[in-house]
Amino acid sequence: MNLSRKWLNEFVKIDVGSRDFAEAMTLSGSKVEVTEELGAEIENVKVGKVLSMAKHPNSDHMWICRIDVGEDSPVQIVTGAWNVHVGDLVPTALHKSHLPGGKVIEKGKLRGEESFGMLCSLKELGLDERDFPYAVISAAAVLGDYHPLDKAKPSVSPDIKAGDTIFGSVKAALVTSVESVGVNLFKLGLDCEKACEVVTPCQNVHVGDLVAYDTAKDKVCTLADLHAKQEEFPHCIEDGIFILHEDGIAPGDDIRPVIGADDSVVEFEITPNRPDCLSVIGLAREASATFDAPLTLHEPQVKGGAEGSLSELLKVEVPASDLCPRYTARMVRNVRIAPSPKWMRERLRAMGVRPINNIVDITNYVMMEYGQPMHAFDYRYVKGGKIIVRRAQDGEELTTLDGNLRKLNSNMLVIADDTRAVGLAGIMGGLNSEIVGDTVDVVFESATFDGTCIRKGALALGMRTEASAKFEKGLDPMNTLPAVNRACELVEMLGAGDVLDGVIDVYDKLPEPTVLDLRPDKINALLGTDIPTAEMVSILRKLGFGVDGETVTVPSWRGDVKHYSDLAEEVARFHGYNNIPCTLVSGETTRGGYSAAQKLEQQLGSICRAAGYDEIITYSFISSSYYDKIRWAADDERRQSFKILNPLGEDTSIMRTTVLPSMLEILVRNYNYRNKSVRLYELGRTYALGGEDGLAIERKVLSLGAYGGGMDFFRLKGLVEAVLDSIRAKDVSYKACRTNPSYHPGRCAEVYVGERLIGVFGQIHPLVASNYGVDAEFYCAELSFEALMASVGEDPTYVPLPRFPAVTRDIALVCDAGIPVAELKRCIMENGGEYLVGCNLFDIYTGSHIADGKKSVAFSLTMRAKDQTLTDEHAEETVANVLSALAEKLGAIIR
Amino acid sequence: MKALMQELRENALNAISDAESIDSLDALRVRYLGKKGELTAILKQMGKLSAEERPVMGQLANQIRSDLEASIENTRKRLEAAALEARLQMETLDVTIPAKELKLGHKHPMYMALDEIKDIFVGMGFTVLDGPEVELASYNFDKLNAEEGHPSRDWSDTFYFDEDSRVMLRSQTSPMQVRAMETMPLPIRIIAPGRVYRKDEVDATHSPMFHQVEGMVIDKNVTMADLKGTLNAVMEQLFGEGTVTRFRPHHFPFTEPSCEMDVQCHKCGGKGCPTCKGEGWIEVLGAGMIHPHVLEMSGIDPEEYTGWAFGMGLERLAMRRFKISDLRLIFENDVRFLEQF
Repeated sequence: MNLSRKWLNEFVKIDVGSRDFAEAMTLSGSKVEVTEELGAEIENVKVGKVLSMAKHPNSDHMWICRIDVGEDSPVQIVTGAWNVHVGDLVPTALHKSHLPGGKVIEKGKLRGEESFGMLCSLKELGLDERDFPYAVISAAAVLGDYHPLDKAKPSVSPDIKAGDTIFGSVKAALVTSVESVGVNLFKLGLDCEKACEVVTPCQNVHVGDLVAYDTAKDKVCTLADLHAKQEEFPHCIEDGIFILHEDGIAPGDDIRPVIGADDSVVEFEITPNRPDCLSVIGLAREASATFDAPLTLHEPQVKGGAEGSLSELLKVEVPASDLCPRYTARMVRNVRIAPSPKWMRERLRAMGVRPINNIVDITNYVMMEYGQPMHAFDYRYVKGGKIIVRRAQDGEELTTLDGNLRKLNSNMLVIADDTRAVGLAGIMGGLNSEIVGDTVDVVFESATFDGTCIRKGALALGMRTEASAKFEKGLDPMNTLPAVNRACELVEMLGAGDVLDGVIDVYDKLPEPTVLDLRPDKINALLGTDIPTAEMVSILRKLGFGVDGETVTVPSWRGDVKHYSDLAEEVARFHGYNNIPCTLVSGETTRGGYSAAQKLEQQLGSICRAAGYDEIITYSFISSSYYDKIRWAADDERRQSFKILNPLGEDTSIMRTTVLPSMLEILVRNYNYRNKSVRLYELGRTYALGGEDGLAIERKVLSLGAYGGGMDFFRLKGLVEAVLDSIRAKDVSYKACRTNPSYHPGRCAEVYVGERLIGVFGQIHPLVASNYGVDAEFYCAELSFEALMASVGEDPTYVPLPRFPAVTRDIALVCDAGIPVAELKRCIMENGGEYLVGCNLFDIYTGSHIADGKKSVAFSLTMRAKDQTLTDEHAEETVANVLSALAEKLGAIIR
Repeated sequence: MKALMQELRENALNAISDAESIDSLDALRVRYLGKKGELTAILKQMGKLSAEERPVMGQLANQIRSDLEASIENTRKRLEAAALEARLQMETLDVTIPAKELKLGHKHPMYMALDEIKDIFVGMGFTVLDGPEVELASYNFDKLNAEEGHPSRDWSDTFYFDEDSRVMLRSQTSPMQVRAMETMPLPIRIIAPGRVYRKDEVDATHSPMFHQVEGMVIDKNVTMADLKGTLNAVMEQLFGEGTVTRFRPHHFPFTEPSCEMDVQCHKCGGKGCPTCKGEGWIEVLGAGMIHPHVLEMSGIDPEEYTGWAFGMGLERLAMRRFKISDLRLIFENDVRFLEQF
């Protein structure tokens, strides 16, 4: 919401600088985003008066002007514009002046002639013709500027002279005098066979020019009249200097107030609960309470008295009264469409609204001022003199004011006549009832609509408008009548038409005001303050609340206030949030702390980081095609995922049931960035179907991923072991897993604690890697957090350190290559008797001296007795038992 | 003989002090003091001496022996010191050569910020809660006063899993307020960090998935002053002692009064600079007193109990703390980024 400080001052005089204003309003709840000083970019531009003009000696189109800028002597300025005349008041950018867009003007020489500044066009001042409709320029075809398209065949002879015929009744005429006879009107003295006079709106004509004069039509011809192209008359353009026609200005005046650029526009972020603040009056009320300055509101006065009877001319039916709580309308006859006055255009413009014409501008003005969107439509297109507020029919069509054909449905609300829709309620009017130049009778609509209906309609049609943005928040039905009256008052003030007596006002029931108990003690208890009741009452009254003893009557525009806590907020806002004391939580203490699962999460993170793994964060949503990438079968049950019905894109359309693709995506990204050695971990979630209430079963998975820097299967296994060791998991085992489609069939293991599967890890299948477009050895692990949590071992208890030395014996075995080391080890440990306490693999060998299909495996056995130093005999006996068991059970014999 | 012994002494002392190694020193000891050494040889001739001369010579011989032994010991110490010096010299390293890598992993900057916050609140007696990301709209919206028709419920803003808009990806951590109120005994002091999802296209400041932390206190006599005091204390711990904050009125459907909390810009001290977009303040969180209707809907009597709650974006906090300029870096997971933290 933009707010013009000048407009605000009409209701409440606030005389503080922009920064202080922004700060105070922000702290009372109307957050200021930014303040724009309208004329900030314009500097050293003054009103100048053209004293004299002379043709530039070295140019066929430039003029040398002497300009009075209110100083002792005039300044010389060269201009290429032709619409300037002696006596004109023009915006003059002096030496070292600044214009919008950061443009700096300095003195210089133009073809040898000194120029001490620049005369400005509308555009150069950041304006356009809508801001100053009188600044429209029309151009006559000045024959001296004629440049034939084909030099061999000129349409106008180069030596043409006054009185020569150009074609038909059009003759060449010499301009002998130019006299301004009104805004954009010039009386020309012409010499064309004989002397004559003509009045023209063309501004580019000067004494001595030869022009095309249509003797039959008695007018000076424009390019269009001659059917000429612009390039034939390159300097006869409908552009030029902005000639000022403002009252009470004099040479030397600062241009900014003249063009309304002396205002500050404050942009507010208004929260959705405060649609009343989407208006000048609403913000004036807030400003009045913030600065404790009196608020002066004004009651619209309408004289009325136009011919006719409103009740005969117009009927309103509201069959969709559930979506239209109140429909108020008035009529204006004999409308005179014209530009609105400068003060209105300036205010609209400051608020970011383009001026159009007096009637449209009035509706916008009232919308800004009252926060009540208005619509004006041409009465002659309301067939049957009847307005019907109804739901659209499915498939009904309407071309809106922006020229787009809209297909409607029955969730949308339209304003219709007997036969068709003439407007999309609360969103945009219809093109078929637009106010145009010859509009005679106008209906002003001031209504309230159901916010949700408007919001959904605007959303569905992709046309959120200034009006719909207000309606969607739910507007105050009590505001429609003052707003429509204000519009009619403005019509009378601007002389834009004759207002018909009477108001059409359709509603079922007007809302009763909300009445609340003040409860000062409760308010202080909630805020932790000690604010006197009198202060509370004073604050509420400033905001328009009625306070009578302990009873508070909420004003109609404050639909957001329903409870004592809402009153507490009002009190707190103007008492000052920053005047509320700061205390620490008191009362019963709570223990707080981390749960066992949270502690385990932290522990797992620490282990991964100690192992050199970096933490990552991946999106929880993926594409279903990612399941193909990791080679899950088409009928794999794990593909059953939560599907987002309105995803941002295919890549983020389902909730993952596996963390693997997320990890792979990040590994691949790093690989493609040429990061040589990468170790990553994430404690990520998966989302499976089948949770309570139709929700997901959300499980956490410790996801590991790595490549490069000597990464291999056993390094990854080392981290998996470290993780399990750190949680003191007992009975850990690894099983080769050849069936997981995502992993290398010969380099993948499942890890178990007892019978419980913890997860899977290994090298990513080369086909998966190639699905990701890389040829690299990636290693990943997926360990269930739930399973890890369940595998946490008991707290350790101290075991006395051994008192007697250990004996070691190394054995080298030859066995079938297919026998897993883990099996050999288990066999050794199971048959080592009471003295065997450890068994460590130290070598695996295949090659010469070992038969094909065999391997040599070497272990170091550690033996110790609890109560004595072990004798050689005991050691030999243990080794012998082990060896015979190995030979018997696994066919492993000593080498 | 005396002259002979004096000569031996001179020669031996010279030889010992000239010795250049422990080995040659040992050889000198044998040569002069050994059983077959030169001093012994001279002493063997003692028998030829007179009874008067014998003790004098004996004394002299002992004197020479102890002189030589002392000299040998000194020289040994010198040689050992020199040898050690030589070895140390030889073993000298270029300490500026890069270390053998001990690569530690790095915590993600977002989690660094989160862990800091968790520790602060746990220290104040708060419990950390975890909850579902696939959530019921009734928890995410209805029970938080965002009724049917609230703009944030639109399909353009929130991800849904069914046509009835019943199951969704939570758009805020606030449903954890409701879950806590429904399940926990009073008084309640919780924080609930986690992932939230909104339908925003990815850019430098937006992501369809990001993290928030929710906080809530419900007890008898809880006031807005408590909210201010607690959050001020948290900000002092996060941003350093003397951190200046301010509270601004704001609007959330589930709190009343509601506020936003700003921290004074550390860069300009409140004067206004590019970091704070000229405002002098940086918004850090939204908060407020829990709406009585929200308490009521979760079965808590608002006449007896009051509470406050806050919600805070974590990525933004991490970005501010570590001066990260683009949100996309957070989710890109480039190790060259991750290993800076």
